[in-house]
Amino acid sequence: MSTFWQRYKRNKSAVFGLAVIIIVIIMAATANFLYPFDPFRLAGKPLSGPGMNGFWLGSDSLGRDVAAGIVHGAKTSLLIGLIATLVAIFIGIVFGAFAGYYGGRLDDILMRITEIFQTIPSFIFAILLVAIMKPSIVSIVIAIAVVSWPGVARLVRGEFLALKNREFVQACHTLGMNDLRIMLREILPNCMSPIIVIGSLMVATAILIESGLAFLGLGDPNIMSWGFQIGAGRTMLRSAWWVCTFPGVAILITVLAINLVGEGLNDALNPRLRERN
Amino acid sequence: MTRSTKIVKYVSRRLFQGVPIILAIIIINFFLLNLAEGDAVDVLAGEAGSATPEYMAQLRAKFGLDQPLPVQLLVYLKNVLALDLGYSFRHDMPVSDLIFDRFFATGLLMTCTILLAVGFGVLLGLLAAMRLNTWKDAVITVFALITYATPLFWVGLMMIVVFSLKLGWLPTSGMENVAAFYEGWDRVKDIAVHLILPTVTLSLFYLALYTRMMRASMLEQYGQDYVVTARAKGLTERRITFVHVLRNALLPVVTMAGVQVGALIGGSVIVESVFAWPGLGMLAFESLFARDLNLLLGIFMLSSILVIVVNLIVDIIYCFLDPRIEVS
Amino acid sequence: MTEKLLQIDNLFIELPTGSERQHAVQDLSLELAQGETLCVVGESGSGKSLTARAVMGLLPAPHVRVSGGQINFNSEDVTKATYDRLRDIRGSEISMIFQEPMTALNPVMSIGNQIDEIFRYHVSMSRSERIERAIELLRDVNLPNPEQIMNAYPHELSGGQRQRSMIAMALALKPQILIADEPTTALDVTTQAQILKLIRDMQTASNTGVLFITHDFGVVADIADRVVVMQHGIVVESGTVNQVLNSPEHPYTQALISAVPSLMPREARSRLEKTVLQVRGLNKTFGGGKSFFGFGKPNREVRAVKDVELDLHKGETLGVVGESGSGKSTLARCIIRLMDTDSGEISIDGNEINGLSRAEMRPWRNKIQMVFQDPFASLNPRVRVGDIIAQGPVTQGIDRDEAIKRARELISIVGLDGRAFDRFPHEFSGGQRQRIGIARSLALKPEILIADEPVSALDVSIQAQILKLLDEIRDQMNLSMLFITHDLRVAAQVCDRLAVMRYGEIVETGATAKLFANPQHSYTRDLLAAVPGKEWKTGAKSSSVKSRTKSA
Repeated sequence: MSTFWQRYKRNKSAVFGLAVIIIVIIMAATANFLYPFDPFRLAGKPLSGPGMNGFWLGSDSLGRDVAAGIVHGAKTSLLIGLIATLVAIFIGIVFGAFAGYYGGRLDDILMRITEIFQTIPSFIFAILLVAIMKPSIVSIVIAIAVVSWPGVARLVRGEFLALKNREFVQACHTLGMNDLRIMLREILPNCMSPIIVIGSLMVATAILIESGLAFLGLGDPNIMSWGFQIGAGRTMLRSAWWVCTFPGVAILITVLAINLVGEGLNDALNPRLRERN
Repeated sequence: MTRSTKIVKYVSRRLFQGVPIILAIIIINFFLLNLAEGDAVDVLAGEAGSATPEYMAQLRAKFGLDQPLPVQLLVYLKNVLALDLGYSFRHDMPVSDLIFDRFFATGLLMTCTILLAVGFGVLLGLLAAMRLNTWKDAVITVFALITYATPLFWVGLMMIVVFSLKLGWLPTSGMENVAAFYEGWDRVKDIAVHLILPTVTLSLFYLALYTRMMRASMLEQYGQDYVVTARAKGLTERRITFVHVLRNALLPVVTMAGVQVGALIGGSVIVESVFAWPGLGMLAFESLFARDLNLLLGIFMLSSILVIVVNLIVDIIYCFLDPRIEVS
Repeated sequence: MTEKLLQIDNLFIELPTGSERQHAVQDLSLELAQGETLCVVGESGSGKSLTARAVMGLLPAPHVRVSGGQINFNSEDVTKATYDRLRDIRGSEISMIFQEPMTALNPVMSIGNQIDEIFRYHVSMSRSERIERAIELLRDVNLPNPEQIMNAYPHELSGGQRQRSMIAMALALKPQILIADEPTTALDVTTQAQILKLIRDMQTASNTGVLFITHDFGVVADIADRVVVMQHGIVVESGTVNQVLNSPEHPYTQALISAVPSLMPREARSRLEKTVLQVRGLNKTFGGGKSFFGFGKPNREVRAVKDVELDLHKGETLGVVGESGSGKSTLARCIIRLMDTDSGEISIDGNEINGLSRAEMRPWRNKIQMVFQDPFASLNPRVRVGDIIAQGPVTQGIDRDEAIKRARELISIVGLDGRAFDRFPHEFSGGQRQRIGIARSLALKPEILIADEPVSALDVSIQAQILKLLDEIRDQMNLSMLFITHDLRVAAQVCDRLAVMRYGEIVETGATAKLFANPQHSYTRDLLAAVPGKEWKTGAKSSSVKSRTKSA
């Protein structure tokens, strides 16, 4: 673990990314403390510019505080990004592991299904799913997970395909170990590095998809989110640029930070650097 | 077997593989949409305000919506094979006509975007890799990192703020100035001006993606053994970069370009809605809220076919770049 | 042999800070004359390859660089040459061939184009002239159908053909020096013999100086005029091939040379008549299946194992020898039931095990175990050494404490420190890892051990230690062993009997000594003839090396 941190530390921008994410997490965790009131409530004079009428980042046409929205929106983005990614990774591991390990006909079927999900234009599919299930946190998480798992499945399949012919796995067969144990205890731990890396990048993508959905009006109507703020501020672009701008900056910084962390993880976990020195 | 027959075989096999995928997509979407509450008749009735249950039943019978689902699906499939994509109740037009009307706008946007993103992405990536660890590399890398993290719709809005509202250089929305009744070259010029912001917006993300990929790919190839051989042969660095490394480095980028087409169509929904670009993306979004089942299915099918076709084209390009492809 | 083509004086090559050692090469001096072959010998990490690269100015910049000394090529110091001058030299005055011809050639460029480049960048010739010259070159290196090979891509050629193309490329402009960096290591032994002969012939024809990097003393004996032995970046010994091979002075050279197994088969041990493993009519085919939806042509069929019959007697070591692709590893994997066979019988102590399901097979795992080739791939990097060894008994239902006790015993039996138990595989060297792999296979107290090229990934000195360990264990535990190898020297030292495999078939079986002395099948004769350095070290330290030196 300490050597991992040593390696991670070498990438300065990854450390910066991590710091930013920690700040965003703290912001999300203390949202109810920083802005104890409902971010949807009228907090003052509508369309106040940044710094005016006690609004740090201004207010929108209904007098909602943009800063409060950003702080509460952080919660939504991180939560949805994280949960959707976990679900997608789970589906992807199941598909990829069975396809790669058993090969043959099962592999054919599972990969055909994966291919279909990869061919469908993913964002349109996500819109469709959310609209059918009615916008809510759950439906958004499901939609994002459903369109994101194929990448994981392919990655995991590739890893399993390569690792199942590795000699240490063959050695387990000669010891009489059963398949499930080999898959879970022997192979899976060896593909965790690429899964962690792709997972971290997927959190970023998930946040982007979530904001896109919310922007189109497909967000959970009861929960504040960055995409919703931008969508709501769209019509006042001419008179109140700040309503759209600051939530966008929040998305940008968060996603950027997560991508930097993902790259840092990739450098630190890169198996090529690890094997044989 | 010669190379050309190999390629023909490969392509026809890939074409054939696309058929079950398209079928599966139609079926999946059909059932998903049927899971949704309410059908087109509910929507029509809701808009009319006062529809009797009898009238609604009559409407359902007229559209075949009273049939069991498998029958509806079979009918739909049969029609699709006859290139009849059904009828849009909302627009009162055949779906194929509607799609055809809007296809040009999206096709134009997508083609320009792909050319811009791949072209500049490859160029920037190449430049960054050649000037590794200089200020040029740093600028390109930071630019790619930031654009890669920016939501499309926000870039679009910010562009409108800067280039349309503040500077007044470019129009905010639409595909052409309809009121001006331009003709001939004037019209082409008008459309081109309207095209700039949506294309740039949509391509930025992919530009960043291809730049990063190209840079990484170039660096990986520079580390390969054959580069040492080329140096040992006394070739110039120029020749090594542009003849040896470039062609090998392009391979993963070309593959990625194909994979990203699906995502690009998704992105066009957002961009078209930001710039009111009258294409398929907007049509899909509108039809979704109108529960216009046939229309949505048509658009989905078309975009899936589009993805498959583009992937095929990419595969063919790949064949010419990489002699190692095998028919198996 | 008076003109000094290349003279390296006190060369230092510096490694990036934070490396294991500061210098890859320290205070190295050597000379190469026209028409001479100088072998630089050493184990992995000795700095021999970097020395070769430094001559071409091809050190991996900017991290690894020459930090002292001179490399004089015809009295011109190439370490101080300008980039343009270096480019002139490369490929025309000094050329290089590499270990792995597949990766050393550009995969997306035809062989013809890759040869053509050399002409285009060094001399001015018309296009037709260049093509003619290229075809001529390909013919000179004995490639069949040179016209066709001009248009071929590297993946369409065999390993030997690729290396011949590389040699054609390297010799295109008749360079004064050819640097060969382990050019035959990736090749089969019969191909290796042909390539060595080709290099020798080309050298004689154009009086080229050859700087030949290798780890294989057999190859050295065959090709060298003079030898330089390197260890950890330092030259420990140099001299004529006769001096170095037959009367080495430095202890490291002595150790290396004594580690090279002799081709003289050792005496077969007495064996019992009892057959522990019997294989009859075994067949295994790869490919030939159709894709899932039934369309597309079936994959090409490869018959990896054809009608193989084997008997392994109690207490003996039966070697299966053959080149890559002969099916020997597939055979091993079929016998231990890692792969399903198409047909055939495999019986242990007279009990048929082929066709048993995985569950039915489980009790038989105690009888037969395997040691794998690659010590880096055969141990799970995420599992502690103790658990790797204890895994087998635990899977077989033995009490965990008992299994751990056994694992600790085995760690000391295979000669590892007891602290190894709690460590991860990556903390160990290749040889130590192979010991761990052996301990794992012994944890189930098997009667039969299948060893699949257990030493081919190891340096020669480590190789000798592992072979010794296997020998001791076999005697101690009364094991019967099936030993898969491509190396006839190793086979000579380990195996009581041999089965020679080619294209999936066993072409000849017999007692090792008899088979070596009087091979019946033509392929066995070819294999034996191709062993590098066979005249040297067949037991009596011979004079044949000297005679080669004179004829060069």
